[in-house]
Amino acid sequence: MRVLIPYLLRLALLVILIAFLVVPGWFDPLLKPLVRDNAPAIYNQGSLLTLTLLHLRTVAIATTGAILVAVTLAILVTRPFGAEFLPLSRSLVNIGQTFPPVAVLALAVPILGFGEKPTLVALFLYGLLPIFENTLTGLTTLPSSVMEAARGSGMTDRQRLFKVELPLAMPVILAGIRLSVVISLATATIGSTVAAKTLGEVIIAGLQSNNIAFVLQGGLIVGALAVLIYDGFSAIEHVLARRAGLPARA
Amino acid sequence: MIEIDGITKRYDGNTVVNNVSMMIEPRTVTVIVGTSGSGKTTLLRMINRLVEPTSGAIRLDGEDNRSMPGFELRRRIGYAIQGHGLFPHRTVAQNIATVPVLLGWDRARIDAKVAELLTLFQLDPAAFANRFPHELSGGQQQRVGVARALAAEPKVLLMDEPFGALDPIIRAKAQADLLAIQSLLGTTIVLVTHDMDEAFHLAHKIAVMDKGALVQYGKPAELVKDPATEFVQTLIGTSERPFRLLSIETAGDAVEPGPADGKPLAETISQRDALSELLWSGRAAVPVVAADGTVLGKVTLEGLTRRAAKPQ
Amino acid sequence: MSIRFDKLGVVTALLIAYGALAAPFATFRANRIVPGDAKGILDALPVGPGMLLLGLMACAALIVLLKTPTRLRLTVAALGLASIAVFIGMAATHLTPPANAYARVSPASGFWILLFSFALLAADSITRLRPLPLVRVLLLAITLGGAAVVLMSGLWDGLSILKEYSGRADVFWLEAGRHVTLALGSLFASVLVGLPLGILCHRVAPLRAGVLNTLNLIQTIPSIALFGILIAPLGWIAVNVPGAAVIGIRGIGAAPAFVALFLYSLLPVVANTVVGLAGVPREANEAARGIGMTDRQRLFGIEFPLAMPVILTGVRIVLVQNIGLATIAALIGGGGFGVFVFQGIGQTAMDLVLLGAVPTVVLAFAAAIVLDALIEMNAPQRERSRAA
Repeated sequence: MRVLIPYLLRLALLVILIAFLVVPGWFDPLLKPLVRDNAPAIYNQGSLLTLTLLHLRTVAIATTGAILVAVTLAILVTRPFGAEFLPLSRSLVNIGQTFPPVAVLALAVPILGFGEKPTLVALFLYGLLPIFENTLTGLTTLPSSVMEAARGSGMTDRQRLFKVELPLAMPVILAGIRLSVVISLATATIGSTVAAKTLGEVIIAGLQSNNIAFVLQGGLIVGALAVLIYDGFSAIEHVLARRAGLPARA
Repeated sequence: MIEIDGITKRYDGNTVVNNVSMMIEPRTVTVIVGTSGSGKTTLLRMINRLVEPTSGAIRLDGEDNRSMPGFELRRRIGYAIQGHGLFPHRTVAQNIATVPVLLGWDRARIDAKVAELLTLFQLDPAAFANRFPHELSGGQQQRVGVARALAAEPKVLLMDEPFGALDPIIRAKAQADLLAIQSLLGTTIVLVTHDMDEAFHLAHKIAVMDKGALVQYGKPAELVKDPATEFVQTLIGTSERPFRLLSIETAGDAVEPGPADGKPLAETISQRDALSELLWSGRAAVPVVAADGTVLGKVTLEGLTRRAAKPQ
Repeated sequence: MSIRFDKLGVVTALLIAYGALAAPFATFRANRIVPGDAKGILDALPVGPGMLLLGLMACAALIVLLKTPTRLRLTVAALGLASIAVFIGMAATHLTPPANAYARVSPASGFWILLFSFALLAADSITRLRPLPLVRVLLLAITLGGAAVVLMSGLWDGLSILKEYSGRADVFWLEAGRHVTLALGSLFASVLVGLPLGILCHRVAPLRAGVLNTLNLIQTIPSIALFGILIAPLGWIAVNVPGAAVIGIRGIGAAPAFVALFLYSLLPVVANTVVGLAGVPREANEAARGIGMTDRQRLFGIEFPLAMPVILTGVRIVLVQNIGLATIAALIGGGGFGVFVFQGIGQTAMDLVLLGAVPTVVLAFAAAIVLDALIEMNAPQRERSRAA
């Protein structure tokens, strides 16, 4: 029974989240005490469900792009012909992480204008880093005896990559993607400062009209999404790691 | 037959293997020994072209090993390494099937081969085929590693410190198994080790490497009787020499005519073990019998002592 | 000796060629919000300096294209950066009509591409040279010093970003001070609380999961929401707790921003302390116990020094993250460089955005370099000698 409690909690969180998005009116009494002067307690300038879906779509597009680019790059710099770029790519990743997301967002606006595009670029650039770093870690820390055996048994470079290296590195790569998605979910809210349609709109509307209820619901929806997606990814990683015969990571 | 012909490997002007030539007879066990950094592993890895030589050539049954792409060559040569190198994300059966799958064998042939090898290595196919490497003991992992190397029925098996990670008891068992399987399959084995006892136990011929050069290549007895350099002498161990000599030949080779009392010894045990038995039981002579029980004669303390003495 | 090309050099040289020849160097606008008029190097500069800059870029491209000594490449990178810095200033002076306070000249894509190329080259050379930590900090100081000299000399005064600055010099430094105070203050607070909490979690295993999970949960709440959510409780405290308002606790402003940054910072500090302490080799701990060290002696004499690099890595994450997140404080009236960013976005005045964004990036970057150097100096001797 005790083993089930975490799953039940997550299921409950998912149910509450969906209920809130579909019939927010039910939660009106809960949030009412937070607002003054009969201000609305539930976001009323658009559908929460639509904003949530748009939010997720933005994150999904940016993350997909980031995965494709980051994994490809990491594979390239770990091949013999790209090895020369490995130290540099490490430094660039390190430097890239020092760019604050707000700055990336703000600097993308002059080139791309307002709306979803600068947000996508900021999320993409910021999402690259954890995935790249983890893929690199995954591909460079493979047990040397396994790699030696793969070469020794006559696998071609391509067979080694797809049959041994990537499957073994997959749990670490997924952990990077998970980190990237969670960061992107939170960062996407800032996109609303440049008029992207995300849940940030709810929060900013709350800040502007001094409506704590708005801020709270916007923040909690994003938080709940992050927790659920984080757990989902962790579960997949766990299964993969177990199947790969690797010690399960926390 | 493996012909190593004037092989040299340099890294940035650093000569790791220096002009090594040697001939490896088919269906024998050749052990390459040397200290770490002597170039023994590099020499081994040049046979299946995991390392490309700077100059020289290696021929397998007369065919230059550069006549085909490296990966195709490696599919035809077995390779087993220290720490087994099993693929952790694949089952025991999938691991063993690695090279047959690469070679495109059909399913039934692969399954049969996997079962055959597991049985040969005393692992019950029903119990082990679908396990993952991390679910096996160290000794079992090592056996699967050798089984994988033998899966495509290679004529040549290269082994790089294959028993290095095993504890002494399991290692002795693994060495005995290897000898049995070698004589059964007739595989040509080239094995690298730094363990002199292992070399004397397994080798038909021993190659000693020092600082990249092949300093001596011969039968174990030749090394003891006539070490080519001081290094070979040190490697064999000055105080060990008489016992090494005795460990090469069997009690049957040292039989003298005449009767003796006490529990007889088998003719197949090494002279070293026979000496040990004489010393421990405090006798001057013991009878030696053949496998069928006929008495062949006796071994004496005096006779063995003479055999262990420095050859004149 | 045959001519050999450098792989990265080919990319860099192509970028330099594109940035110098094909892309506009500077943008001229009649005032701060109208669309600009992009100008190439020869249009943006008088003939002489224009040709000179093109010549310099050609030399630089040639040197980086071939396999040349790394030190030479680093010098080329430094000179390249210095020359585009000087020439963009000259372009601003050249393009601005005399006595026109409304005209704006800003760096255009060509300038940014050149800046990126030389920065890439510098990063590559420095990566290959692997300088000691102190040398890296010195290089940073020289770069920042160089930029400061150019700023003081008035060379860049014609650039739009400095025109935005000149109207707001007082506010700029005020907000800079608030930004640094927010970022550093919350860092100190989180170390003060996080370090003992981390030690506690290390020693008392049952606490660990609970504390780390809670801190993880906080991280999932988006920063702008957390900032906003904290307005309510802090507002309540300001009104209801005597003395709270006097020490500056208010519902909006710096207080919720400070608390939010503090909460975000706790996870990296606590988690890295736990990981660092857990990573202390068992044998070291056993030996310390074996020779009769007390728990306290073991903590300060063995565990802390060995865990220090990991703990410092946590501090680095926090500092860089806080410098970035502090920009968001502006949304709830907390001040900082974010004020210019969001004002700029509001007025679609990108120069103003840059005035906020550039110092933030520079600050975060400098903090990362300094802390990386510190981490490396604290790493065990063995690793340092390997890195050298």
